[in-house]
Amino acid sequence: MADPAARGTELAERARAGDRRALARLLTEVENRTPASEAALRYLYPLAGAAHLVGVTGAPGAGKSTLVAALTGLVRQGGRPVAVIAIDPSSPITGGAILGDRIRMQHHAHDREVFIRSMASRGHAGGLAAAAADAAAVLDAVGFPIVFLETVGTGQSEVEVAALADTTVVAEAPEMGDEVQAIKAGLLEVADIVVVTKGDRPGAQRAAAQLRAMLAIGSEADRGAGRDGRRRPKRPEVILTSATSGDGLGELLAALDRRGTELRGDTAEEARLHRASAQLDGIMAERLHLILHDPRLEPETDALVRQIAAHEIDPYDAADRILGRFGPTALRYPSET
Amino acid sequence: MTERRIKVLIAKPGLDGHDRGAKVLARGLRDEGFEVIYTGLRQTPEMIANAALQEDVDVVGLSILSGAHMTLLPRVCEALRAEGLGDVLVTAGGIIPDDDIPLLREAGVRRVFGPGTTIGEVADYIRANVRPRD
Repeated sequence: MADPAARGTELAERARAGDRRALARLLTEVENRTPASEAALRYLYPLAGAAHLVGVTGAPGAGKSTLVAALTGLVRQGGRPVAVIAIDPSSPITGGAILGDRIRMQHHAHDREVFIRSMASRGHAGGLAAAAADAAAVLDAVGFPIVFLETVGTGQSEVEVAALADTTVVAEAPEMGDEVQAIKAGLLEVADIVVVTKGDRPGAQRAAAQLRAMLAIGSEADRGAGRDGRRRPKRPEVILTSATSGDGLGELLAALDRRGTELRGDTAEEARLHRASAQLDGIMAERLHLILHDPRLEPETDALVRQIAAHEIDPYDAADRILGRFGPTALRYPSET
Repeated sequence: MTERRIKVLIAKPGLDGHDRGAKVLARGLRDEGFEVIYTGLRQTPEMIANAALQEDVDVVGLSILSGAHMTLLPRVCEALRAEGLGDVLVTAGGIIPDDDIPLLREAGVRRVFGPGTTIGEVADYIRANVRPRD
């Protein structure tokens, strides 16, 4: 189609009307960061904002996909549609990826009210966050009241994506390490809810008890807003679940729904502002990257790169020259394309 | 704009539990730079079509060793067409006698890869025959 903006808006309208194929196509545009996806987002963003975006992260093998699949089943029993975005890593060498999260979600493969989309992390310039946030906004705007965003809890950008959600669930499998692991900096700090999965395994109860004990330490003082500006609960709930028996899943869904309701209130302003700001940062970074690699400017940029490599100019000076060169035209890129 | 990546769904229709070949292919195509969605064992044609739709894949690669290919593969092609996915490239691999290939091609399986096919051949075939994107 000649006009990408018209194509994007058309896909968005069809997706809103319930056309799943248009929705899938639109998500591809979002992944490819095309002008069509930008037009679609401009149209859809004002229509989004009602969904509860739940990030689920944890170490490989912690049981994230199984947990999301089990929760999806429970949400569906209540009659609500569910969307899942499952992110798996891309190879930094070939750019290829294996996306295997659907394997655990086969139970829902016939259900038309469950929309599962795998996403490769790729080398997104504005961070994975911009693409994931856009995909979530699309699913939100087409009417999914709950969107799970599953990422592997290794690598900074994956954790950031899960941390951007309205609610961040960190999945921990039993026997993944002693209690000192629980007080190390990292994954657990971004949790609103900690889930100990595989609750039917030996040692699961003890793992949950240890996590509760360690997370309680230091909770005298309000954790307050983190460095990323997002406030997290003083004492994240620790919930023991078993996807095999179904134990704990009801409790987890109730906790999620409670937060979903809270988030619609004024107290959640901070979380929303944090997400909006991260989204803006991601898009700004993406646009700067586009400017830097614009074919019209590439020869000049290349010349600067060579000068830096030869130590003829310093990299800061080069950066200032590039930024200074555009002036206000930079602000129009890439909508003019 | 990020470069477009070719997306391949690798699926096993029917009841045989032999997915080593499918996994080797998934891994090989990953190394060729494709984004490979692997859905696991025992898929019905409808499950495969639904996954192809949601994932907006360019290629559906079907692995089958049970001998039920004459029943299942045409049904997968039908299910894909029913979802409006007639332009998705469908290929198959596994144990499929040469005599069956003409009928499968008629049903919509564009290419059958027999034992001994290299990953490179599969990758080259996909790159040359995948649907163009607008």
